[in-house]
Amino acid sequence: MNAETPHQAVTGNRLRDGVPIYYAGNGSWSPSIADAVVAPDGGILLVEAAKGPLPLEAVGPYVIDVTVTDGVIGPIGVKETIRAFGPTA
Amino acid sequence: MYRYDEFDRRFLEERTAQYRDQVRRRLIGQLSEEEFRPLRLRNGLYLQLHAYMYRIAIPYGTLSPAQLRMLAHIARKYDKGYGHFTTRQNMQFNWIKLDETPDIMADLASVEMHSIQTSGNCIRNTTSDPFAGVTADEIEDPRPWCEIIRQWSTLHPEFSWLPRKFKIAVSASEKDRAAVHIHDIGLYIVKNDAGEVGFQVLVGGGLGRTPIMGKVLREFLPKKDLLSYLEAALRIYNEYGRRDNIYKARIKILVQALGIDKMREEVEAEWAQMDHTPLDLSDQTIAAIYEHFAPPAYPAPDAQGEATLATAIAADAKFARWVKHNTHPHKQPGYAIATVSLKPLGKPPGDITAEQLDLLAELSERYGFGEVRVTHEQNVVFPDIPRGALPVFYAEIAAAGMGTANIGLASDIIACPGLDYCSLANARSIPVAEKLGEHLAAREEEIGPMKIKISGCINACGHHHVGHIGILGVDKNGEEFYQITVGGSADEQSAVGTIVGRAVPSDEVNSAVDKLLDVYVKHRSDGEDLPATYRRIGAEPFKEAVYGAR
Amino acid sequence: MVLVKGRAVVQDSWQHLEDGDPLPASGPVTISWARWTAERDMISRAPAELGIRIPNTVTTAEIGAEAAKFGLIAVHFPNFSDGRAFSQARVLRDRYGFTGEIRATGGVLRDQLLFMQRCGIDAFEMPERALEENWLAAFDEFDVFYQPAEDNRPWVARQRLGRN
Repeated sequence: MNAETPHQAVTGNRLRDGVPIYYAGNGSWSPSIADAVVAPDGGILLVEAAKGPLPLEAVGPYVIDVTVTDGVIGPIGVKETIRAFGPTA
Repeated sequence: MYRYDEFDRRFLEERTAQYRDQVRRRLIGQLSEEEFRPLRLRNGLYLQLHAYMYRIAIPYGTLSPAQLRMLAHIARKYDKGYGHFTTRQNMQFNWIKLDETPDIMADLASVEMHSIQTSGNCIRNTTSDPFAGVTADEIEDPRPWCEIIRQWSTLHPEFSWLPRKFKIAVSASEKDRAAVHIHDIGLYIVKNDAGEVGFQVLVGGGLGRTPIMGKVLREFLPKKDLLSYLEAALRIYNEYGRRDNIYKARIKILVQALGIDKMREEVEAEWAQMDHTPLDLSDQTIAAIYEHFAPPAYPAPDAQGEATLATAIAADAKFARWVKHNTHPHKQPGYAIATVSLKPLGKPPGDITAEQLDLLAELSERYGFGEVRVTHEQNVVFPDIPRGALPVFYAEIAAAGMGTANIGLASDIIACPGLDYCSLANARSIPVAEKLGEHLAAREEEIGPMKIKISGCINACGHHHVGHIGILGVDKNGEEFYQITVGGSADEQSAVGTIVGRAVPSDEVNSAVDKLLDVYVKHRSDGEDLPATYRRIGAEPFKEAVYGAR
Repeated sequence: MVLVKGRAVVQDSWQHLEDGDPLPASGPVTISWARWTAERDMISRAPAELGIRIPNTVTTAEIGAEAAKFGLIAVHFPNFSDGRAFSQARVLRDRYGFTGEIRATGGVLRDQLLFMQRCGIDAFEMPERALEENWLAAFDEFDVFYQPAEDNRPWVARQRLGRN
């Protein structure tokens, strides 16, 4: 990929306990952003993530932009950083 | 305080069973999130950034020792050992799991508590003066009326799907400690010329995107007409409130659109056509509720009490300061109203640990009459402490980190949870509050009474509009900025603060607030609070100080 | 769609006319509010038993004044969060003494049924899943009520007075 390709992932909250989770592919979700599947088009990931038997594990999934630096996935913005790593207070 | 009877207990059993089944249906996929969301909101459950947030109702802020202990138990068993008191006298827990909420609800029911209607487009917790029943400056205790309203509004079949949330507050004193003007319906207990006690009814107050103070709907409403009149007002709102835009759906927008005179016409016409008989409050019903709020038989205070207190004040400057700022005269000689500060420097405002909750329970049994009140400024009032017991009371709370002598001062900051917790927020509020409180502590005695209020977004849960100094977190291109207002007030001189200038980054908040305080201290006349000085000198001196002359 | 009246699934005996449909010689038929206000005189003279479908923006005074002409008033919930029809139903029963059928149509949640019934709605258009999911159990979820409504159930303040 060249430097201009966007990096997107899908996140939501886990139904049972509200923990932020990231779509990790093959219908699975992980509470760690490191496990997120990253793609240039988050919309396609979102469609895939929303499939599956009810109830869906993730509530209210949406697309986020992420950074990928040396293979490490990072959230962008204060809100997603707090979701990924916890409150600052 | 109100004690449940078999009807109240059975009702909570039924509500808990209903909710348990709703959660079951959600978890097996029978209810979609869209269908489940309004149901869980009406039971106080939000989905926030890290977990579900559970908002427990504390009717007019009043808690018994058993209830305090149960909140401690919930903090330990279901959360991370602490809770947060809100600006509507409720309690929030931030780390809740959906599948455990039916059990939490059952635990709450065992101590006559619940989370009903603490969210959703329905009638919310009716709030009141934390000094109710113990202050000399009230006409009568407002809490029986809050309890009457609470019961009537619980699962009201006609008003459970309103255009938007609906908040009611009741105050009985000229000094409004319940922020009546910023409520959808505000009720002042008043006396008419004939000396009869009734209500002045205000309508259409609220904060958020369009902060507006309530306007007088009815100058005098006899007691017996309270519920029927509220029904008339709610019905007009349910029928005519906007449903097309959630930012234009509160009753304040309807009042603005119709004008208060037309609004009054509609409500009075509706009321005139209603058959009041079912809702008329009989003297018997009123008396039965009043009985729950009868004042304790205050034992004569210990003869040594005043001397004990005086000695302690002379011996300990910190204690003296605490008495000065955190206690308030009680209508009963020998007693004091004590406010426990939940604003320790450098900690999140309004938070309380399980251990602290347990201690408050024990103290309320030992020194009070088994009752505390949560304030809308996120502190806890002990309404009945014998003055001679203040020194030992203070020692206990101070040892537990609740002895900060800052009630009503600059470091007694009101703040919402903000972006650290809340999915609605644009910016963090807690770190700003912590840093600001620590920064101002050194000069807060000199500044005097000062209400600083911080909201993480325009929903204004931190009531920033009505802070003497208000701070609103905004998002500018993905960065956190803070817009500052000055001159707001939530008391009987209610006013919305004026924006001082463009929003500043978080590391400039402290210096901006310093400059505003400098202007206030420099210009104030004797005894003026900041809003009074602001009314007299206007916004320009404040704006210039922060942003320079234009 | 299933129609529940009271606690029983019933056949819908009403024919719901589109605005352009001719009025049959006998009914019962429902017409829209728009058609009623446009053709009131003519429709009033028709022999068929009439019912009316009202949007939730019709004021209770407007529909109340004419309620007696109808055997059925169908109130509408455009989505489950729009609760205007609760007030319409209640005022029709209470102020205008309407004794015909009030039917809930539109977005109805299982957990609103009891509120609807308390407001005087006595018939409900429910989705098919209502039967598999036993929505009718919702009517029995509470037997303690804190306020009077249109359903003749006692409420707590009254019960307390009676007990004393």
